[in-house]
Amino acid sequence: MSHWTVVPVVLPAMLAAFLLLATRHHLSMQRILSVAGSVALWAVALGLFLRASSGEIDLYQLGDWQAPFGIVLVADRLSTLMLLLTATLAFFVLLHAIGTGWDGRGRHFHALFHFQIMGITGAFLTGDLFNLFVFFEVLLIASYGLMIHSGGTRRTQAGTQYVLYNLLGSTLFLFALGTIYAETGTLNMADLAERVTQIDLSQSAGIRVAAVLLVIVFAIKAAIAPVHFWLPSSYAEAPGPVAALFAIMTKVGAYSIIRIYTLVFPPDLEVTSGLLDVWLLPLALVGLTVGMIGVLGASRLDRLVAFSVIGSMGMLTVAVALFTTQGITAGLYYIVHSTFATAALFLIVDLVVRHRHGAGAELQAVRPVPGAPILAAMFFAAAIAMTGLPPLSGFVGKLLILDASFDSPLVVWTWAVILSTSLVAVVGFARAGSTVFWKAAQGGEAAEARADDPTTQQDNVESKPSSHPETQNALPLVAIGGLIGLIVLHTIFAGPVNRTLAATAEQLFAPETYIATVLTTDGKEIHHKAKHGEANLVSQEGRASDDGHEGEAEAGEGH
Amino acid sequence: MELLVASGIGILTAAGLYLVMRLRTFPVIIGTALLTYAVNVFLFASGRLVVGAPPILMESASDYTDPLPQALVLTAIVISFGMTAVVVVIALGAYLGSGDDHVDDQDGALDTVRKLENVNR
Repeated sequence: MSHWTVVPVVLPAMLAAFLLLATRHHLSMQRILSVAGSVALWAVALGLFLRASSGEIDLYQLGDWQAPFGIVLVADRLSTLMLLLTATLAFFVLLHAIGTGWDGRGRHFHALFHFQIMGITGAFLTGDLFNLFVFFEVLLIASYGLMIHSGGTRRTQAGTQYVLYNLLGSTLFLFALGTIYAETGTLNMADLAERVTQIDLSQSAGIRVAAVLLVIVFAIKAAIAPVHFWLPSSYAEAPGPVAALFAIMTKVGAYSIIRIYTLVFPPDLEVTSGLLDVWLLPLALVGLTVGMIGVLGASRLDRLVAFSVIGSMGMLTVAVALFTTQGITAGLYYIVHSTFATAALFLIVDLVVRHRHGAGAELQAVRPVPGAPILAAMFFAAAIAMTGLPPLSGFVGKLLILDASFDSPLVVWTWAVILSTSLVAVVGFARAGSTVFWKAAQGGEAAEARADDPTTQQDNVESKPSSHPETQNALPLVAIGGLIGLIVLHTIFAGPVNRTLAATAEQLFAPETYIATVLTTDGKEIHHKAKHGEANLVSQEGRASDDGHEGEAEAGEGH
Repeated sequence: MELLVASGIGILTAAGLYLVMRLRTFPVIIGTALLTYAVNVFLFASGRLVVGAPPILMESASDYTDPLPQALVLTAIVISFGMTAVVVVIALGAYLGSGDDHVDDQDGALDTVRKLENVNR
């Protein structure tokens, strides 16, 4: 047990509190600390990832209490992979937020940002279901603050909806946890995995309800149909960098599904058979279809990207729903890819929106976007990645998913839906891109001609720096470029990445090591034997008062 | 007692769900509050209903009540209380900003707001 495992949770928490208390009035100080913190987090995450990649599972017992009584953090291959992904994404998003000045438009951006990171890393690391709920709440409450960062009526309205939806989701989570606890008497995932195997088939109703409730909760987080409705307006109205950070939040739902339904309720478990293995794949296909049709039908650029998130989550869930080593491998590859691709798209849309005069994110041809060639190229690259056209990683991911679905009974449906929705998505993105970047140029010229003003050109040049002083800043472009670079790297090194991910999936499907590590590692001993004389005394007193209470209670009921 | 607790949870949940479906912020928030009460009682009951027993396991104790759900429910109460406070503030902000307290995403309403904002610009 090394204390490094808990650092990804403690570091952002401490940093956020420090930012809030000590540097609340110094934006530049906040920026420096925030970036330094995210680099440090990245380094720690990389260290943990490299250590876990030997196949070793790191256990951290909080307070040194032994599982299942104490809460544990577990760093295995999957957890550390997600940690590294989070830290990488957070760094680039932070660069963008600083470069565009989003962090200065409201208060406490950096503190909320790091609280959210804390919630996400905690959710990835924890080995306890109730702890998972707590970290969900941490990341959600930070996300509420970030979502309505810098205010505005539309954003607050979308925020209300988002908060309420997630509040209901949390309530459902608690119902699921209560049911699980009532059925098994534990909430530690490893312990749970052992206990559900001992449940008698004839008494499996409770645990089946709990399993379904849990998957609904995670589906809400992961925006899988039919509980995806909260996503489009929330993500579209959220500030650009925040929406980009939210790209990892849907993945928390996907991660939880992968974790719980390989560890606690594995596909070959008899008491929960006929639930997820039957229903998840069709729902994922529905989600994929809904998302990609939304891409085609969206009238605004930010909603278009938000719908593509639903589509990509659907695609990812298709891979996960196969519940085979190959499927999970493909799913993990797609998780990494779609996180970077959606984040890049949200950041690009943010830049486009701020550079278009008045039209905002509407898909209309207006005056050309300044810096259009670079932005257009980046949009093009990110859209290719998102829709899964060759040569970028979306294509590789899709190929892996198609390949993995060969043995599924729904293979025809899977292939048909994935391939046809790809076409729909390509058309949707092509339409959006050409409207914003190509027609903009023509429409812009026309508008200038109509204005019949020889000084328009000059006006343009002059008005740009004054209205958007941040335009000169190259940091946002660096951030987007970095994300696209990562997508390219993800494509080039698809072979090695895939081998790592396959090892991760194999570890997931052999949970014995995980369970043994969690349950057999010694911690502080738990004494529940009191000294004899004392215990007798206490028990006598206790019994006396018991009787009294019971008498009262019965009398109370009698009334 | 089981019947009392179970029907209490059931009625709270039903009332909460009904209110949530009203789609106006005030009833929806009251509805989520009722739902969290329901889930808190449910969590409490998940450790079995025992009256008047100590929440400590001892060799000599003949009976005990499960202490864990009590800890869980405390956490849940704190979180749901905080969340309710947050949602009240955000909903109030949305209502004061738009003069509309609909929870659902009304595209038409949003478009009107957007046009107003554009005009103001």
